[in-house]
Amino acid sequence: MKRQVKDEIQYDHNHDGIDRRGFLKCMAWGGTGAFCAVNGGILSSVSLSGLSVADAKEVKGQLTFAQISDSHMGFSKPANPDVVATLKAAVDKINALPNPPEFLLHTGDISHLSKPEEFDTVDQILRSCVAKDVFFVPGEHDVIGDDGKQYLERYGAGTKGAGWRSFDKNGVHFVGLVNVQNLKAGGLGSLGTEQLEWLEQDLNGRSSSTPIVVFAHVPLWSVYPEWGWGTEDSAQALSYMKRFGSVTVLNGHIHQTMQKVEGKITFHTAASTAFPQPQPGQAEGPGPMKVPPDQLRALLGITDVKFVRGQHALAIVDSKLG
Amino acid sequence: MKWQEKCLYTTCVLAAMSMLAVSLWAKATHREPGKPPEANTEIKIDNFAFSPETLTVPVGTTVQWTNRDDIPHTVVSDDKSTFKSKALDTDDKFSFTFTKAGTYPYFCSVHPKMTGKVVVQ
Repeated sequence: MKRQVKDEIQYDHNHDGIDRRGFLKCMAWGGTGAFCAVNGGILSSVSLSGLSVADAKEVKGQLTFAQISDSHMGFSKPANPDVVATLKAAVDKINALPNPPEFLLHTGDISHLSKPEEFDTVDQILRSCVAKDVFFVPGEHDVIGDDGKQYLERYGAGTKGAGWRSFDKNGVHFVGLVNVQNLKAGGLGSLGTEQLEWLEQDLNGRSSSTPIVVFAHVPLWSVYPEWGWGTEDSAQALSYMKRFGSVTVLNGHIHQTMQKVEGKITFHTAASTAFPQPQPGQAEGPGPMKVPPDQLRALLGITDVKFVRGQHALAIVDSKLG
Repeated sequence: MKWQEKCLYTTCVLAAMSMLAVSLWAKATHREPGKPPEANTEIKIDNFAFSPETLTVPVGTTVQWTNRDDIPHTVVSDDKSTFKSKALDTDDKFSFTFTKAGTYPYFCSVHPKMTGKVVVQ
């Protein structure tokens, strides 16, 4: 089936006639995640489904990883009665990549109700992924009722506090943050003093040419506070990062792709593998958005982000499927 | 009947009638102590909101929350200790009996922007 893909370059700061063919084209899919390649300090990300048309050579880089988010295992309402199928489809897509990712990031809401069987099912499905290492951060649906005790038992190895951590892969420094604990009435996502102090220490002394990738569930920028789409104390966290030449923040929570650039920091949210949510303010609340079943998997668009270290040039290509 | 007897008879009848009237009046105006008029004790959760947002009830009332939303929510008092529900999926319910007067603000711990208040008088 011939797909119509609409390309737009939204940012072309260098006005250097960036060749669109050089970008990895993607097509969205209900089970979309994000596939990232780091090539000489250049981080580019694409949504999974279109990589069949990408040039494998361009995808090859020093480091490749994928992000999936908001699997909401246990959800079974009309917006998607089969979240198992869509998560499996996301894994199939990852496995079919010409340059398979070395590891996965899961940016939270693994489960829908923090039930053991829900976590078990996700773990089981991910076991068939070629990327054997998965780094998780919790969503608010993963820490219901027990303050995250079960989450930490399952995914807390190597983490501190409520589950934050950092690690390095091929010269890129990854930081996983937890912003869904100790939430206060009327509030947004929250990092907390202890985690902020840890973050400051963690980044202290690192060369500012180190590419930084931060992943956390709730967006670290103010997407739509009325719906809780933001983190109260993220400004302080971002202040520790602004000296670095390349910072990429990967989030979930809002079940749609969105991106924003602030100086040298690029924010990107992933789509869910379970169900879409409305755009900010386009519905009464941020609940599951029902669409005709045959449109579910074709609803989401793709996001292709490529930025050049040192030049702060950023080209974002958005395409919608169907 | 002699007039004295007639008089006595009339007086007794009148007295009886007035006693009856008094007792009927007393019954009509008598109130049962401690029974207030019917109050709403239900809170509905839907579209990421508690409705009514503020509920006023008398001391001793059991309030019941019902989740009609298609996403799970919780009911947690702001102090996180007075009352705390487990995860409520669609159609799940949570009840709490308010035995002390006061104002009880609460929120959904999964979606903290959702807030409500129970005022107990």
